[in-house]
Amino acid sequence: MSNYAYVVLIPLLPLASFFLLGLFGRKYFKTSAGAIGTIILLVSTVLSFYIAYEYYFVDGKVDGVYRQIVALKHTWLEFYPGISIDMNIILDPISVMMIVVVSFISLMVHIFSLGYMKGEERFSTYYCFLSLFTFSMLGLVLSGNILQIYIFWELVGVSSYLLIGYYFEKPSAVAASKKAFIVTRLADLGFLIGILILAFHAETLDFATLIQRLTTPSTQLVSITTASFLGISFLTWGLTLVFIGGAGKSAMFPLHIWLPDAMEGPTPVSALIHAATMVVAGVYLIARLFPIFAISGHGALNVVKYVGVFSAFLAAIIACTQTDIKRVLAYSTMSQIGFMMFALGVADFGNEEGLGYTGSMFHLFTHAFFKSLLFLCAGAVIHMVHSNEMDDMGGLRKFMPVTHISFLIACLAISGIPPLSGFFSKEEILLAAFNSDMAVYILGLLTSGLTAFYMFRLYFSVFWNKDTIPHNGKEGTLTMKVPLIILSVATVLAGFVPFSMLVTSDGNPLRSHISILFSIAPVGLAILGILLAAFFYKAANERPAKIASSLGGLYHAAYSKFYIDEVYVFITRKIIFNLIGRPAAWIDRNIIDAFMNLLAAVTAKIANLVRGLQSGKIQYYTLYFFAGIVGLAVIFIYMRK
Amino acid sequence: MNEVPLNHVLFVSTALFFIGMYGLFTRRNMITMLMSVELILNSVNINFVAFNKYLYPDKLDGVFFAIFIITIAAAEAAVAIAIIINLYRSHHSIDVKDAEEMRF
Amino acid sequence: MSASAVFFYILSISILGGGLLAVTTKKIFRSAIWLLFSLIGIAGLYFWMQMEFIAAVQIIVYVGGIVVLIIFSIFLTQQSGKQMARPSIVRIAFSSLAVCIGFALTYSLLRPYVFQTSSIAPVDMRVRTIGNQMLSTTEHGYVLPLEVISVLLLAAMIGCIVIAMKIKTQGK
Repeated sequence: MSNYAYVVLIPLLPLASFFLLGLFGRKYFKTSAGAIGTIILLVSTVLSFYIAYEYYFVDGKVDGVYRQIVALKHTWLEFYPGISIDMNIILDPISVMMIVVVSFISLMVHIFSLGYMKGEERFSTYYCFLSLFTFSMLGLVLSGNILQIYIFWELVGVSSYLLIGYYFEKPSAVAASKKAFIVTRLADLGFLIGILILAFHAETLDFATLIQRLTTPSTQLVSITTASFLGISFLTWGLTLVFIGGAGKSAMFPLHIWLPDAMEGPTPVSALIHAATMVVAGVYLIARLFPIFAISGHGALNVVKYVGVFSAFLAAIIACTQTDIKRVLAYSTMSQIGFMMFALGVADFGNEEGLGYTGSMFHLFTHAFFKSLLFLCAGAVIHMVHSNEMDDMGGLRKFMPVTHISFLIACLAISGIPPLSGFFSKEEILLAAFNSDMAVYILGLLTSGLTAFYMFRLYFSVFWNKDTIPHNGKEGTLTMKVPLIILSVATVLAGFVPFSMLVTSDGNPLRSHISILFSIAPVGLAILGILLAAFFYKAANERPAKIASSLGGLYHAAYSKFYIDEVYVFITRKIIFNLIGRPAAWIDRNIIDAFMNLLAAVTAKIANLVRGLQSGKIQYYTLYFFAGIVGLAVIFIYMRK
Repeated sequence: MNEVPLNHVLFVSTALFFIGMYGLFTRRNMITMLMSVELILNSVNINFVAFNKYLYPDKLDGVFFAIFIITIAAAEAAVAIAIIINLYRSHHSIDVKDAEEMRF
Repeated sequence: MSASAVFFYILSISILGGGLLAVTTKKIFRSAIWLLFSLIGIAGLYFWMQMEFIAAVQIIVYVGGIVVLIIFSIFLTQQSGKQMARPSIVRIAFSSLAVCIGFALTYSLLRPYVFQTSSIAPVDMRVRTIGNQMLSTTEHGYVLPLEVISVLLLAAMIGCIVIAMKIKTQGK
C-alpha cells in the first residue's frame, strides 16, 4: 500500500498560488499572473491524475472492494480522548474522482481566461481568487470529517462571492454576489444545525466513524432515532438539515434564486464555479453521507428525491423561455443537478440498488465536462458579440467554427444522444428511477426531453436563425480555443470510462448494462425535442412568438421565473423586516441602549456628588479627616473586642 | 502635686485639644487657624510632660519630646506665615474662602 | 484642698479660658493676645509641675517667638484693625457637635482608667543633665533626633525665605 501523503500538495499548491498572487500580484505579476496560476494548477492536475491512476488501477482495492484510505490525519483540538477535531484527508472513489474533475476543469478555465481576461485591470486578482477557489474546492472534496467539510464549504462560498462580484463597479454584480452569499449562508445555518445534531448523537465528527455508528445497530443509532422533536426523529432532522445546506449550495428549489443572478460574474468563473464544481458540492455532500441516508434515513432520502426532481422539472420549464444565454445555461445547470439529486434519492445501498448513486456520480463527472464546455463557448460568443442576449446573436457558425462544433457536441451530450457521454450517465439515472419510483421516472423523462428542446433552441438561435455581423469578426485567441477542443474530446470520450466499476455506493465494482429497449424512450424524446427546436428556431420565423402569445399567462409566469424572487422580496420586506427587524431595532435602541445610558447617567450623578467632597475648602478637609479618625477609633476601640 | 490626679491634667490637655480643633473648623482667617493649631500642639506638649512627671519621674523622655515638639512647632509656624504672606500677595486677602481654587 | 491644687485649677482655668477666647473673639489682635495668655498659663503649668526647663523653653520660644511672629504677620497683612466676620450658625453648630463628640469619646476612655503614679524620686532636672542626654549616643541618647531637627530647621528657614521672597522681575 503506497503512501498517499503527497495528496496534501494538491490543494496546497493553489493555496500557495493564492498567497503569491494575492500579496505580490499587483506589483510584480501584473501580466504574468495568469501564467503562474496556470502552471501551478497544471502541477496539481498532473498529481491528481497520478493519484487517480494509483488509486483506481493499482492500489485502491482490497479484496476487490474500493475502500477509504486516510491519507493524512492531524489532530487539531483534542477535547478528551475520543472527541477531537481533526484535519484529515481521505481518499475514496468519489473524492479521487472529484479531485480529477475539479483540477482538470480549473486548469481549462485558467487557460481559457488567459485569453478571455487579457487586458483586464485586475488580472492578477482574478487568478488569485481562482486559486483560492480551487484550493477551497479541493479541500472540500478531500475532507475527512464533517467539520472540516463545513470549513471548506464556507471558504468556497467566500470565493464564489469574490468572483461573482469581480466587476464590482456594476451594482448588479454587487447585488448578485451579496444575494449568492446570503442565500447560501442561510442554507449553511441549516447545515450547521444538522452537523451539530448528527455529531452530538453519534459522538464523533469523523465521516467513517459517523457512518459506521449511524448505519449499524449501535447505541448512537438508537439514541438518535428514538429522540424526536415534533414527532420526527432527530436522525431525519439532522439529515434533512444537512440536505438543506447542500440544497442551498446546489441551487435546489427554493434556494435556487442566487444561481441565475450569479451569472453577473465573468463567464469562465461561471464555467468553473456555477456549472461544474461548486454547485455540485451539495450532491457531493449527500453522496458522502449516502450510507446513512440509504440505510437509516429513508425519510430524508425521500426529501432529497422529491426536491431534486421538482427542481429539475421547474428549471427546465423556465429555461425554455429565457433569452440571456448565461441564464439559460444557469437553469440548465439547476436542472441537471436536480437529476443528480434525485438519482441519489432513488438509490439504495448495496450492489444493484446502488445504481442511482453510481449514475449520479457519473452524471456529475460527465456534466462537469459538457457544462463547462457550454459555458466557455458562451464566453467565446459573448466575447465576440459583446452582448448576452440571444436577440443580438445569429448565424455565428460562419465566424467561429471551433466554438460552433464544440457547442454542438456539448448540446448533443446534454440531450443524451448516444454515443456521447451524457447518454450513458442519463441512462443509468433513468434506469435507477424506473426501478424505484415510476412518478420520478416519468418526470425525469419529460425533463430530459425539455432539456434537449431548450438546449437546441439556444444552439439554433445563436448559430443559425438570423444573420448578424459581430463586432470582432475574429474568433478568440489560441488560449481560448484549446480548452474548447480538449473539453470536446473529453465530452466524447468520458462516456466510455467504466465508471460503475470504479465508483459505487459500497465500493464493490458493478457491472452495468445498457438496455437498448429502455433507451428508446429517452433518446426518442430527445430527438423529438431537437426537431421541435429546429422547427421553431433554425430559420428566423414568427412561430415562437405566436406560441408565446397563445400561451399567454403561462409563458409570462415562466419568463418571470414563476415570480419566486418576488415572493422572497415580499417575505423579506413585509414579514421579516416589519415583524422581526423593526421590533428588534426598537428594542436595541430604546431598551438596551437606554439601559446603558441609564448606567452612564447614574454613574455621572454619583460622580457629581462625590466630586463635591473636593471643594477646595480646607476646613471641610480637616472635618473629614477628623471624622475618619473618630470612625477608626470607634471601630478599633469598641468593635474589636 | 500629689493631690491633683493625672486624670485632671489630662482633662485640661484634652479640652485644650478640642478647643483648638473647634477653632480650626470655625475660623475664617488663616492666621487664627494657625493659632488654633498652636493650641493643639501645646495640648500635646502638656500630655507628654504630665506623663513624664507622673509616671516616669526618673526619666527625661517626655521632656525631650516636648522640646522637639516646640522646635518643630516653631519651624512650622514660620513656614506657615511665609505661605500666608505669599498667598496674601496674590489674593490680597487671608480669608480661606478666597483660596478655594484647588477644587474639582 | 492644698494650695498647689488651687493653684493648678486657677492655671487650668486661665489656660482653657484663654484658649476659648482665642478661638471665638472677633478681633484678630485680641485673639493673638488671648493666645499669649493661654501660652503663659501653660508655662505656669510647667512650673507647677516642677519642669522649669520646659517652662523656660515654652516662654522663650512660644511666647517670645511664635506669638510675636503671629503678631508681625497680622501687621504685614494689614488685618489688625478690622473685625472678622462671624462664621455661620450652621458651621458653629456642626463644629461644636464634632468637637463635643470627640471630647466625649476621648474623655470616656480616659476617665475610668487608673494611672499608677510612680513614687520614685524625681530626677534632678538640671540643664547639664538634659544637655548630656541629648547629645549622647547611648543610654537613651537623643542625638539622632537632634541632628534631624537641625536639618529640618535649616530646611524650614530656607523654605520660608524662598516662599516669602518677592521676585523683582515680575511686575507689581
